[in-house]
Amino acid sequence: MQKKEKKFEDALARLEEVVKQLEDGQLPLEESLELYAEGIQLANICNKQLETAEQRINTLMTNESGEVVLTDSQGF
Amino acid sequence: MRILSVANLTKYIKDRLENDYLLTNLWVKGEISNLKRHSSGHVYFTLKDDRSSVRAVMFRSKAYRLPFEPRNGMAVTIRGYISVYAPIGSYQLYVEEMEPDGIGSLYLAFEQLKKKLQQEGLFHPDNKKQLPKYPSCIAIVTSPTGAAVKDMIKVITGRWPLARLVLVPVLVQGEFAPDDICRGIKQVNQWGQADVMIVGRGGGSLEELWAFNSEIVARTVAESKTPIISAVGHETDVTIIDYAADVRAATPSNAAEMVVPDQQEMRRHLQILLNRCSRAVTQQVKQHRVTLMRLQQSKALKTPQRAIIDARVQHVDMLQREMVKNIRMILTEKRSSMRELASSLNSLSPLATLARGYSLCSDQNGELIKRASDVTVGGYVQVKLHHGELLCTVNDKNEKDTRKG
Repeated sequence: MQKKEKKFEDALARLEEVVKQLEDGQLPLEESLELYAEGIQLANICNKQLETAEQRINTLMTNESGEVVLTDSQGF
Repeated sequence: MRILSVANLTKYIKDRLENDYLLTNLWVKGEISNLKRHSSGHVYFTLKDDRSSVRAVMFRSKAYRLPFEPRNGMAVTIRGYISVYAPIGSYQLYVEEMEPDGIGSLYLAFEQLKKKLQQEGLFHPDNKKQLPKYPSCIAIVTSPTGAAVKDMIKVITGRWPLARLVLVPVLVQGEFAPDDICRGIKQVNQWGQADVMIVGRGGGSLEELWAFNSEIVARTVAESKTPIISAVGHETDVTIIDYAADVRAATPSNAAEMVVPDQQEMRRHLQILLNRCSRAVTQQVKQHRVTLMRLQQSKALKTPQRAIIDARVQHVDMLQREMVKNIRMILTEKRSSMRELASSLNSLSPLATLARGYSLCSDQNGELIKRASDVTVGGYVQVKLHHGELLCTVNDKNEKDTRKG
């Protein structure tokens, strides 16, 4: 589920890049408008992730075969 | 008299010493010298003051519990007992506990280890890893039962619900704590999916925090590939792992605040970025609009043929105006010169003289009469007026010259 969405950090980094490019003002208007649309979309992605996020808490354990695994239970 | 063997003598002395109430449990103060650490782990030295010296031994079982390193020249207070080392028949001090004078042993141990690791370069800034700005997975290596873990979960959840939390329960105090903390840190590295980890515990006494001053924990922290924030005790508690960690947090809650951004701030930041986007694009559109309007208002672009025609028409208008003006000027000139000519012509005509009231007098043959002598009394003269003629009879005449009269 998380995989489908752009990672927050990536979306934010891209948004910051978009702002920088727009503020440079070197692009043709058409590209600027496309970038603008992308910027709005990126901000929406970030805001949505903040709104819908639910903290997931797991515990790291070593199982019988000595592998490090995550358990669903919090164990705390 | 009974003759004793050397062994019997030595045993007798040893028994006497070991049964003396003072010598079996004593405190003695002195300075360490001739210190030797045997490969067995036992520590041998001489304890001395300015007048005397006594040989001393600290067995491995006691020595390894010592938090600091005894060194030559160190002033110490020792608890122990006196006994005899039979093979050479010498009495010595068997050390149970040792405290450095003036400062606490834990403090000394701390300073010693810090100096040692510092010299090794373990705390060098070049070894510090950068913390991720927006971690998506955070490991917390701490006690599962303390208040610290609850605080950290609460703070992180409030600030940044995007991050996944992975708890790594470890012992944080007691004899096995250092090994267990190391195991936890290694586990996180082995798992490899945490972007950053917090290693710590809540406040406690210096002894309770001691695991975080141990050398193996410091080394494990420094070796970790996953960046580590140390979070031990309260603000005033500084432990060795604080130096070994990539970042030191004053408290566990503080670590939780440092490890993630704040979502409220982030929302504001996103809004600012959006505003900047809008402003930049609006600005660009505005500039284009100004340029467009300027171009639109230029006549050439607006109606190109019209502009040319207008220019021509204007030229024609001008020519026409010029022409009319010139013709009028010429006419005026001609008219005035004609008037001048006509008036000069007029003044020469006899008719003009008649108009002023003069008249012409002629005889019957039409000859103009210029003198009274040319006519006879009773004769006829013809008088020409401006309008009409008169036929007159001369009744009388005066031959006096009128020009003189």
